Amino acid sequence: MSSSLPRPRVGLFVTCLVDLYRPSVGFAAVKLIEASGCQVDVPETQTCCGQPAYNSGDRLSTIEIAKTTIAAFEKFDFVVAPSGSCAGMLKKHYPSLLKDDKAWGPRATALATKVHELINFLVDVRKMTAVEARFDGTATYHDSCSGLRELGVKDQPRQLLASVKGLTLTEMEDNEVCCGFGGTFSVKYGDVSNAMVEKKTHNIAAVKPDLLLAGDLGCLLNMAGKLKRQGSTIAVRHVAEILAQETSDPALGDGS
Amino acid sequence: MNSTSHNFKDNARAALGDKQLQDALGNLKGGLVAQRARARDALPEFEDLRDVARDIKNHTLANLDLYMEAYEKKATEAGAVVHFAPTADDARAIILEICQQAGARIVTKGKSMVSEEISLNHHLEDAGLEVVETDLGEYLVQIRHETPSHIIAPAIHLTQAQVEADFRRLHTHLPKERVLVEPAQLVNEARQILREKFQRADVGITGANFLIAETGSSVIVTNEGNGDLTQSLAKTHIVLASIEKLVPTLEDVSTIIRLLARSATGQEISTYTTFSTGGRRPTDPDGPVNYHVVILDNGRSDLLATEFREVLRCIRCGACMNHCPVYNAVGGHAYGWVYPGPIGSVLTPGLIGVKAAGHLPNASTFCGRCEQVCPMKIPLPKLMRHWREAEFQQKDNSAGFRAGLGLWSYFARRPKLYHLAAKIGIPMLGALGRRRGRFAWLPLTSGWTKHRDMPAPQGRTFQKLWAEHKAGAQR
Ligand code: SF4
Repeated sequence: MSSSLPRPRVGLFVTCLVDLYRPSVGFAAVKLIEASGCQVDVPETQTCCGQPAYNSGDRLSTIEIAKTTIAAFEKFDFVVAPSGSCAGMLKKHYPSLLKDDKAWGPRATALATKVHELINFLVDVRKMTAVEARFDGTATYHDSCSGLRELGVKDQPRQLLASVKGLTLTEMEDNEVCCGFGGTFSVKYGDVSNAMVEKKTHNIAAVKPDLLLAGDLGCLLNMAGKLKRQGSTIAVRHVAEILAQETSDPALGDGS
Repeated sequence: MNSTSHNFKDNARAALGDKQLQDALGNLKGGLVAQRARARDALPEFEDLRDVARDIKNHTLANLDLYMEAYEKKATEAGAVVHFAPTADDARAIILEICQQAGARIVTKGKSMVSEEISLNHHLEDAGLEVVETDLGEYLVQIRHETPSHIIAPAIHLTQAQVEADFRRLHTHLPKERVLVEPAQLVNEARQILREKFQRADVGITGANFLIAETGSSVIVTNEGNGDLTQSLAKTHIVLASIEKLVPTLEDVSTIIRLLARSATGQEISTYTTFSTGGRRPTDPDGPVNYHVVILDNGRSDLLATEFREVLRCIRCGACMNHCPVYNAVGGHAYGWVYPGPIGSVLTPGLIGVKAAGHLPNASTFCGRCEQVCPMKIPLPKLMRHWREAEFQQKDNSAGFRAGLGLWSYFARRPKLYHLAAKIGIPMLGALGRRRGRFAWLPLTSGWTKHRDMPAPQGRTFQKLWAEHKAGAQR
C-alpha cells in the first residue's frame, strides 16, 4: 500500500459471539485488516446484529438494534465482521427492514455498501492474495450458509488458506450443506439440529483432518460441540485464527 | 386432510428414530439432488430462465382475474365445464356430483396434491365409490393408507423391501413364487393391477401443472403415462387445479416446462406432457366425452394481497425439499400436512393458519438452499420469517420464549448495560469451563446439550481486552 494515502478506516463489527466467546478471533481479524493496509476501530456502542430477534419474528426490536448499529458504524469507510451471517444481516437485511423509514432507510442502504465479511473484504476489496502464516497439518473448510449464499464467500478463504505454509486443504463431502446451527433453532429443534450436525461431523471425520475451519462462530460452536461429544480430537477454529496465526489459545471446545 | 403440524417436534423425533425411513431418505442426495445439478449445468441459460419464469408468474398473479376470465371463456368454448370452488368443501361437493351424474362406480386418479389438500379420496369413498390411484407412488401410499411424503415422489419414504412386502400381502391372486427383486418387476406388477382399473373406470381425475388462458387448455406432465390413461380412457375427465396454475400463453408453458423437469428430477423434459382442450371432438378417435375443470381457491386469493403472494409462483417441482437439510433429516410426514419441506413451511400456514402450522416456518435454519434452487425464485426463507413475525405479533410463541427474547433484546438495545453484563457473566462461565474447554450441560440449553457439548468461552470479552489493548498502546 502506498504510505502517502491515508489508510482507510475500518469499523470492526465484532459480533456478539466473538465478543463473548472467542476474543482471539477479534484480534485475528484486527491483525488481518491492518495487514491489508487499513486502520481498525471498534465502536463501543455495538452489541449484536439483531438476528436472534429478527429470526424470531420480533421485527420492532430488530429495527431498534439496527438503528443502534447503523449509528455506531456509519462514520467508517468500511465495516467488517468476522462472520458471514452478521455481515449478511447488516448488508442485506437492514436495508429491507428499514426501507419504509424515510430517515433511516437511506442510512441503512449507505451502510450496506460498506459492509463486508472479513475474508471477502481482504480478498475482494483489499486484493490480498496471501498471508504470513504457518500451520503444519491438514484442514477442511465448512462453507457457512449466509456467507456462502448471501455474500458469495467461497473461493476467498480457500485462496488465502492456500498461502498458509504447511497447510493442506482437503474438501469434505457436502461442504455447502448447513451444519444445523441456525441460532435458536439448535436449541428449539435440538433433535433435528443434531441429526444435521451428525451428518456434518460424519463428513468432516471422513477426510481425517487435523483442523476444521469455518468463517462463522455459531456453526463452529455447533460442530465443535458435536465433535467433542463424539470424542474427536479434530481441532476447531475460526479461519481468521489460522490466517493470522493467532493460535495461542486452545481450539474451540479444547481445555487448557 | 387433518393436520399434525402442531406436533412437528414429536413427529420429527419419531422420524429420526425410524431406521427404515432414514434408509429411504438416504437415497435423496445421490438421486434427485445430483440429477438436478447435472441438468442445471448442462443448460447455460438455466439461471436466466428462472428470471423469465418468475416474471411470467408475477405478471399472471398481478392480473389473475383477467387471465382467469379469459381462461374460462376459452375453455368453455372448447367444450369444458369450468367450476369455481372457493373452499375444499365446495370442490369435494362439485366433484362428487359430477361422479354421481356420470353414474360412476370406479374412479381412477392421476397424481394431484390438490386432491390430497381437499381429502378427495375419503369423500368419494364415503359415498361408495372405488377410488384408485394410478401413479405408482400414489398407489403405494394408498394401499398402505398413508399420505404422500413428497410432492413429486409420494412414496420416497418407503424402501423397496417394504413395497415388495405390501405387494405380496395385497396381490394374493398372483403366484407366490413370483420374483419381485428389480424395481422394474414391481412396476410391472402394479401396471397389471392398474390396467384393469383403467379399463373399467367411469371417471378419471387428474391435477394440472398448468392452465393456459390463451387456449383454455389444461396440461399434465408425468413420467409413467398413467395420467394419460386416467384422463383418456374414462368417459368423464375431471381436472382439479388450484388458481395459481394459470399462465397466459402456450409460450409461457414451454418456458416454465424447461425448468420444471430439470428442477424436479433432472430430466430435460418429463416423459409425457399432455395438453387437454375440451373433451372428445366428433373427429377424435378417443378421449373423454365430458371434460370438467374444478378450480380451487381454498385461501389462496387471500394470500394474493399479502407479502405471501410470491408463494403462488410455485410449480411444485419439489427441488426445495430435495435440497432442504431439515426435510432430508425428517422426511415429509413430520411436517404434518399435505405440502412438506420449505414450500410447505410457507404455504401451510397460509392455508390452515399460523396457529396450527406455526412450527413449520420455525423449523428452519434459514440456510437458504431452497431459495437457491427454486426455479421460480421464491424467497422461501424470507416468507418463513414473515410467518414468524405474524406469530410473534399474535403472541403465539411460548411465554418463556418471549420472556427470554425480551430480556435479550433489552440488553442488545443498550450497549453500556450489555457490555457490563457480559463483563460480569463471561469470566464466570470461562472460569468454570476453562479446564475441560467445554460444558456437557448448561441451564436453558438442554436442546443443545442433550446431543452436543457447549464449548466454553475464552473468559474475557473482546471489548474488555480491546480497551486494555488500546490503553496499553497509548501508554
Ligand atoms: S417452492 Fe420452488 S422449489 Fe419448492 S416446489 Fe415450489 S417451485 Fe419447486
